[in-house]
Amino acid sequence: MHRIAVDTNILEANERIAEENHEVFQKHGVFVVNLMSAPGAGKTSVLEETLRRLRGQYHLGVIEGDLMTTLDADRIQALGVPAFQITTGTVCHLDARMVHNALHGFKVDDLQLLFIENVGNLVCPAEFNLGEDLKVMVYSTVEGAEKPKKYPLMFHEAEAVLLNKTDLLPYSGVALEELQRNVHEVSPEATIFPMSCRTGEGIDEWIAWLIGRMNQRSADVANNSASVTEGGGIRAHLEG
Amino acid sequence: MHELAITQGILEIAEREAAKHDSSRIKAIKLQVGEFTGVVKEALEFSFEVIKLGTLAEQASLEIEVVKLRQRCPACDEIFVAKDRFDFLCPVCSMPAEILSGRELRIEWIDLE
Repeated sequence: MHRIAVDTNILEANERIAEENHEVFQKHGVFVVNLMSAPGAGKTSVLEETLRRLRGQYHLGVIEGDLMTTLDADRIQALGVPAFQITTGTVCHLDARMVHNALHGFKVDDLQLLFIENVGNLVCPAEFNLGEDLKVMVYSTVEGAEKPKKYPLMFHEAEAVLLNKTDLLPYSGVALEELQRNVHEVSPEATIFPMSCRTGEGIDEWIAWLIGRMNQRSADVANNSASVTEGGGIRAHLEG
Repeated sequence: MHELAITQGILEIAEREAAKHDSSRIKAIKLQVGEFTGVVKEALEFSFEVIKLGTLAEQASLEIEVVKLRQRCPACDEIFVAKDRFDFLCPVCSMPAEILSGRELRIEWIDLE
């Protein structure tokens, strides 16, 4: 018997495909948001409100992940936004391969902004990168104040937490400050947006932040390619 | 219950290594699983028992080392370990801390026959 040092990331296969997805997205200039939450937190409603406000300005697309049905994709298509439904069957999260396979049937070449709505689940999706630029989480005010402490990983991974259903705060018995504090403790770097899809509160702020992130990414890509060209120029000069 | 998907990853990597070393039997697999992952040790063990049947790892035992969540504060250099719950603010100065360990999902070694 002999021992072999392996020292390998168990999720390496997923990571590799996620990187390939990311390269495809970058090549076509698509900014990708992985939207995660517990079931019923309001991901699809947040998406609908977001798409309504952005559809005149950007080429948008949505990949929907659910165990069953095309109900969510139908809701998105009703807004005139192309949507592709992944039904995972019994799998509780999207992984990079499912997104990769979806790209065979769903053209992203012309898109500028693609949302991937993950399967409603507070645990599993947090472990699987899809090749996205941004992880965003929806956390509704009626889920209870302790959720960030009980399920810290997804909160910690998210760069923005959309604190949805603030219109229900009077009935939830929870103070907004307590929810914000609990999110901040497990995810100090995340930007929190109190939001209501019913009243429209917070949606413009979230969209302004999102556009800021997209523009920042475009500027980074432009800088990178400029420095690559510059580097090439220097090399050519030295070699010359 | 994504542990099944994770166990599949473990098995693929272990079988690949066994083939590389011309071995037809995997005797043991050693994992490092960070405390701050979405993975439950017991669920991983259960999934492994199911998935290993009919593979090179059919007889293999699974050894899981749970790695503690350790963090460092970039502002004051305090290093701290999570106790009963995860908190990512420095206990000394309340600044956001960075993770040193606890996110591992790795195969450390395998024993081959």
